[in-house]
Amino acid sequence: MEITLETIVFAVLALFTTVNAVLAVTTRRILRAATYLLFVLFGTAGIYFQLNYSFLGAVQLLIYAGGITVLYVFSILLTSSEGDMAKHLKGYKLVAGLIATCLGLGVCLYITLRHDFLPSHFEHGELSVRTIGHALMSSGKFGYVLPFEVISLLLLACIVGGILIARKR
Amino acid sequence: MFDFSIITEWIHGLLISFLPLGVATFIECVVIGGCLMLLYAMIAIVMIFMERKVCAAFQCRLGPVRVGPWGTLQVFGDVFKMLTKEIVTIRHADKFLYNLAPYIVILASLLSFACLPFNRGMEVLDFNVGVFFMMAASSIGVVGILLAGWSSNNKFSLIGAMRSGAQMISYELSISLSILTIVVLTDTMQFSEIVERQADGWFLFKGHLPALVAFVIYLIAGNAEVNRGPFDLPEAESELTAGYHTEYSGMHFGLFYVAEFVNLFIVSGVAATIFLGGWMPLHIPGWEGFNAVMDWIPGFVWFFGKAFFVVGLLMWIKWTFPRLRVDQILTLEWKYLVPIGLVNLLLMVIVVVFKLHF
Repeated sequence: MEITLETIVFAVLALFTTVNAVLAVTTRRILRAATYLLFVLFGTAGIYFQLNYSFLGAVQLLIYAGGITVLYVFSILLTSSEGDMAKHLKGYKLVAGLIATCLGLGVCLYITLRHDFLPSHFEHGELSVRTIGHALMSSGKFGYVLPFEVISLLLLACIVGGILIARKR
Repeated sequence: MFDFSIITEWIHGLLISFLPLGVATFIECVVIGGCLMLLYAMIAIVMIFMERKVCAAFQCRLGPVRVGPWGTLQVFGDVFKMLTKEIVTIRHADKFLYNLAPYIVILASLLSFACLPFNRGMEVLDFNVGVFFMMAASSIGVVGILLAGWSSNNKFSLIGAMRSGAQMISYELSISLSILTIVVLTDTMQFSEIVERQADGWFLFKGHLPALVAFVIYLIAGNAEVNRGPFDLPEAESELTAGYHTEYSGMHFGLFYVAEFVNLFIVSGVAATIFLGGWMPLHIPGWEGFNAVMDWIPGFVWFFGKAFFVVGLLMWIKWTFPRLRVDQILTLEWKYLVPIGLVNLLLMVIVVVFKLHF
């Protein structure tokens, strides 16, 4: 297997993502965990960009990095105080955590190794926004209008619920 | 019309003549990154000088005049002063996040800076979803500001960061809505394509009423997005000392400062690109001679001219209006700008569907 620039870029991105993912769960300060999570999301977005899925990469940056992480950081700022440290896990919690981790790893490895990957058949080139838009809003086969509308309804319910909780008089 | 891609293609050809493609691409990426950072720093220096002069003019002062001719070397002196200053580390603060925060802000700003098309063939990141990517990249900066405020271990910084975060998140909505209005008109999100479509008239004129409303909303929201102008309460000196960067010194403060000014340039550059035609010269359909004369002026002159014109507008706003209170800022956004933006978007859809634009 020859080493191309793409392989190196992928290796760097994968290493960056993995290291930050491990750090995100091992750090004891919650805001640091959120920051490492942000880096994990950057790494994933980088892999999308490498695959030429620039729309998905931009969505990843906008929704996860720019939206959800900001929300996490906001809620951490509002609720936790300086010097809050997570306690070290002890006893049965540690055992349960280890078992859950190993089970998750086992499932992931099993699926990854047993899955015979199809030859990559994505076109090398960006998908036009028009195609994505038509796919999102069409009701035919491979159309996503129903999930799209269901999600918007869910978000509306979330907004109404948020207002209800925030303004209980 | 001068096409910059001739130069880049010549360099590319030269490099792959004696290097493998992968190495050549890598070298090109590094060189382009270096050039971008150099341009970034140059623009920051120009913007700081312009700010000081404009501010002085509005306050009937002269501004910097002593260092160099007309005070032009003042900013260079300030930069060197900043570079040599000590970076104070704070006790009982999360040092990792404290040192990281300015770089996240710079990263976001540099990523969105790379999206601007400076000339024909001179766009660095030119995705199909360019506008969308630009908004995504600029939204990362909020994280840096929040982290800076929290890790400073100072309540003024924290309050400043919270205000700044709330304000930036809110006004991102208006910016997106007004950009979306123009995307409806162009049916593309690629920056180079958006500029090409304005060859027969800039969108501000082609889209008439809805484009004009979107432009005004964009200017207001853009000013708020970079924490400036009447919306600079994240760093309201009288109440919060210096907001989220109170505890930063030396070049770490310098990074926030530079990012703020270049973000102002980015906001103006995007406004120039999507409303005023970017590097596209002023063309009036039918006036062939006039168009040919305009084509003689190179594209980057047009781009920087328009961008600095918008910068001037924003500075005019900043030094004219008094600062708003935090509830007034949020009221302005959520009760006025967002509804107007939504109605305006609908209006633009009607204009496009019935082909009422020029």
